[in-house]
Amino acid sequence: MESNLKTLQKEQTPSLLKNIKLDFTPYLLLIPGLLWLFTFFILPILNLATTSTKTRSASYETGSFDQTWRFLNYVDAFVENQDQFYRSFIYALIATLLALAISYPLAYAIAFRSGAMKNILLIMVIAPFFTSFLLRTLAWKQILGSQGPVVTVLQNLHIMKVGDTITATSFSVIMGLTYNFLPFMTLPIYASLERIDPKLIEASGDLFANGLNTFRKVTLPLSMPGVVAGTLLTFIPASGDYINASILGNPNTKMIGNVIDSRFFRVVDYPTAAALSFILMAIILIIVSVYIRKTGTDELV
Amino acid sequence: MRKWLSKNMIRIYAGFALLYIFIPVAYTIVFSFNITKKRNINWQGFTFDNWLNPCDADGICAALGNSLRIGFISTSISTILGTMIAFAIGRHAFKGRSSVNLLIFLPMATPEIVLGASLLAMFLNFGINPGFWPTVIAHVMFCISFVVVTVKARIAGLDPKLEEAARDLYANEFETFRRITFPLVLPGIAAAALLSFALSFDDFIITNFNSGTVSTFPKFVWVSATRGVPPQANVVGSVMFLGALLIVIAGQLVNRKRVR
Repeated sequence: MESNLKTLQKEQTPSLLKNIKLDFTPYLLLIPGLLWLFTFFILPILNLATTSTKTRSASYETGSFDQTWRFLNYVDAFVENQDQFYRSFIYALIATLLALAISYPLAYAIAFRSGAMKNILLIMVIAPFFTSFLLRTLAWKQILGSQGPVVTVLQNLHIMKVGDTITATSFSVIMGLTYNFLPFMTLPIYASLERIDPKLIEASGDLFANGLNTFRKVTLPLSMPGVVAGTLLTFIPASGDYINASILGNPNTKMIGNVIDSRFFRVVDYPTAAALSFILMAIILIIVSVYIRKTGTDELV
Repeated sequence: MRKWLSKNMIRIYAGFALLYIFIPVAYTIVFSFNITKKRNINWQGFTFDNWLNPCDADGICAALGNSLRIGFISTSISTILGTMIAFAIGRHAFKGRSSVNLLIFLPMATPEIVLGASLLAMFLNFGINPGFWPTVIAHVMFCISFVVVTVKARIAGLDPKLEEAARDLYANEFETFRRITFPLVLPGIAAAALLSFALSFDDFIITNFNSGTVSTFPKFVWVSATRGVPPQANVVGSVMFLGALLIVIAGQLVNRKRVR
């Protein structure tokens, strides 16, 4: 089915483009935007690569570094912060799976079971995320905090001991990560579910498939591009985040983002911060490319 | 009863998911009416004062003004540049298409902290101090990709027959674009602009790296979080939420009219 679609698209493209002469227009359209991305995305990344191999200059002046091409910086940076790397990816993975578990049924219900309410429900999913995400995270801190309603009720019911907390734990950090990236999971899944032709689902029913089989053989495979896009758009920002760990965590829940931030602003150790950023990006790109290959969807953009 | 439950299972589950999404928003809105000066943690009583004097908290309106200015400027630039790229990809043949796609995808696959840190490191290397314009530059950079993806999806969803029909009716290329293609893609561009404004307005990580001493609303919230966020910040958050709600609902209504 999908391969059919692809060949169909391939056949369509040339006929669609036939009428347009191969001229300079596309390049004129591309140049300003791509130049911007090149100057303010690619160049900084390259610059970061050179910064990552610098060492503190002999004068020991704060913020002054010499280019010594010391690649051992990477080893040092990684070894010193293994725990935070490990924690970042575990937290991001759990948060992504939780977000998927919450978002898929939600997107499914909106796409297939909401009738006339569809647009209103969709707005209800998106609109909350226009309230500043820092405010929402701080709200969770207070809702789950020691003076908040949840802890008070649980303590009165003797489910929680006095002095135990929900905030300042890895649980609350993961919950915050799950919450903050939900729309990035829900919207792509909804988009791919909504595109499914209802006739396909009817056809599956006509062929005596029950609800579960229809879902497993028709709906789920056709919604995979949305699942892949959603999991990536959740996992990537979650693994580099440090806001949730700062607000909802404790010193033992620090993620790699916290380390990069403090190396940059508090320790003023740009080479280590740069090396850590590079390692983070490299690991993410490896995970992303393996994942995309495994799931077989390369048409993300 | 059991039959009803199993039939509506997914609706109930979705209801709980929506509740989870709404709890902190409801909390933020409720506490915007709290009688309190600084530490907005315990409920002290109901007042409209915070809504009537949103600028009473020190520095909040200056920060908000900066966020709005940065948001408008970077949204305009990124929407124009991103839409141009989307049209090039969606409506033209050119060499190096896959490299262009990669260049669009990469910023979205890079964690914000890396984007922010690398840009700041380069600005510092070239002796450029962080501030208002470096922040605008950074915001345009990370918004472009989202604009391209959103507008491209809209272009890909267009029925090519409409454009062919226009040409059959002797419209030239420019006229086809102006009267048919562009109006049809416009809702996609509007959605992209809204998304890009939301991303810019709410961005903290990249802004924190590149704004220096210039305050923005998220920075204001972050800095005041250690002392206690004033209720006026909740007012701003609530207004953003209600504003977004109104814009999206208005957009839906306009769309419905057009369809009819």
